[in-house]
Amino acid sequence: MILTEESTKQMREKASQYPQRKSAILPALTIAYRQVGHLNNDIYKEISRVIGVPHVEVAEAATFYTLFPKQPVGKYLIQVCHNISCALLGADSLVTYLEEKLDIKKGETTPDNLFTLITVECLGSCATAPMMQINQDYYENLTREKVDGILEELKAKA
Amino acid sequence: MFYSPVITNAAEAATDDRMHLFRYVEDPEQHKIETYEAHDGYVAWKKAVNGMSPEAVIEEVKKSGLRGRGGAGFPAGVKWGFVPKDSSKPRYLCCNADESEPGTCKDRVIMERDPHAVIEGMAIAAYAVGCHLMFVYIRGEFNHCIERMEAAKEEAYARGHLGKNIYGSGYDLDMVVHTGGGAYICGEETALLNSLEGERGMSRIRPPFPAVEGLYACPTVVNNVETLATVPHIINRGGDWYRSMGTKKSTGTKIFSLSGHVKRPGNYEVEMGFSLKKLIYDPAYGDGILGGKKLKGVIPGGASTPLLTPDMIDVNLDYESLVEAGSMLGSGAVIVFHEETCIVWVILRLIHFFRHESCGKCTPCREGTGWLEQIIRRIEQGLGKPGDIELIEEICGNILGRTICPLGDAAVMPIQSAIKHWRDEWQYHIDHKTCLVKSNYEFR
Repeated sequence: MILTEESTKQMREKASQYPQRKSAILPALTIAYRQVGHLNNDIYKEISRVIGVPHVEVAEAATFYTLFPKQPVGKYLIQVCHNISCALLGADSLVTYLEEKLDIKKGETTPDNLFTLITVECLGSCATAPMMQINQDYYENLTREKVDGILEELKAKA
Repeated sequence: MFYSPVITNAAEAATDDRMHLFRYVEDPEQHKIETYEAHDGYVAWKKAVNGMSPEAVIEEVKKSGLRGRGGAGFPAGVKWGFVPKDSSKPRYLCCNADESEPGTCKDRVIMERDPHAVIEGMAIAAYAVGCHLMFVYIRGEFNHCIERMEAAKEEAYARGHLGKNIYGSGYDLDMVVHTGGGAYICGEETALLNSLEGERGMSRIRPPFPAVEGLYACPTVVNNVETLATVPHIINRGGDWYRSMGTKKSTGTKIFSLSGHVKRPGNYEVEMGFSLKKLIYDPAYGDGILGGKKLKGVIPGGASTPLLTPDMIDVNLDYESLVEAGSMLGSGAVIVFHEETCIVWVILRLIHFFRHESCGKCTPCREGTGWLEQIIRRIEQGLGKPGDIELIEEICGNILGRTICPLGDAAVMPIQSAIKHWRDEWQYHIDHKTCLVKSNYEFR
């Protein structure tokens, strides 16, 4: 089993709230993603057993939604918003800055498996641009100085 | 300390009796139920469920003129009135909190800082349509909002605002917090319902409309966060009070998310019909263009709406005025860009987004957005060919009005307006293989 007892408990609890169990697919994917950091077919199979819906239905839904990485990523998934409001305030140069600091290209993971860098579409933080999301957290009104501090802090925590 | 450092005009709202959505959003305790109750929270819900018939609630909201704040601007009370009274099926309410229209960041602030206002509005709407199980569909990235809404839900149950036999009225109401998977299309109501059912988030053909056949094929109402958060105030102060604000057809107040090249980006609650120019230039709001540069263009209602040029910004922010100006109010997301911005680059950002977010159900949108991105990208990279502008226009014409949901139209309208207003600049890009303007999008 990949899913922990805590995760399966949360999934069953969530599934009990809906008139139809299939509705629990997306919440279950979210719970699995938070535990594992990414999703794959083995996880879809486990979710299918836990919430009692066919495997194919879990896989069908999961592959539509881009929030969940489908391959392993670094401990910290850096998601830079590159949509219009952030782009106007330098999202591209923010990505370049992160590429230089981490010595990786967009889409890659650092050799120590600590950071993965990707760009994403609008995260609903447009009036505090440029911004990025790292795992569950938002970092807004970014400057070079702030980015330096955030990376240092995460490295120290790791 | 707030999770999001976004600027609001709450100080103005606290002293201006007309403003209600933002009155308490700078109060760091407002998300807690004790504070919300102390600020007359749940008074409207009590009043509705104990003293008003569902029909009376719908009438009051119809009278207020409140229109959907998610983008379409459909009258909320009318939408509720479409739910059949005689249906033997359960009825559902979904609060659309899948905020993802580029430029829009208002619902996030409401959910983070005043989550009970959303729950109270949902409860009143649920009661109006005879719903006993209501959902809030929050985009999966908004972890902080999800936590806040979950916590507020627990508090509301504990205080008897939700659950069985609420306030002894005999009315039962339960609530589920549902989280999305990062798909813009799920903000479209039929895609949202598919997603909530555990399906891929693809739009449905209408009719049947959700009010008749929505979630689990049962009558369903879908309303935006801001729309629902307004409802308690209408019940407390009356539809006449609400319609005394704004314009005749666009009543009340609205939160505008101001972003891009302005000195003070933020979320501002103003009366409908507020001047766009004032929102951008007044020191109390946008405070003018970054670096004292000249304005080049404005996207007035989120990435789906036609662009405006500087000579068009003498317009009021309400549904009718913006249509008259050739654009739309949309979700109220005002995106501003200055003279050092390449229009082809702006449009490339937008079409990349729509291509990425097209659900793939309708061929014109699925294929068309891909072709548009390819062509616009080659122009932007200096590889444009003669005839590309005409080709873009032809593809746009074959998408507009030919898709099940509005995503296809949304992808096309900003492009058409950008070519109309800045055609010379597009042509320059193709002829000279480079931008007409010197642009610089460095971050600090």
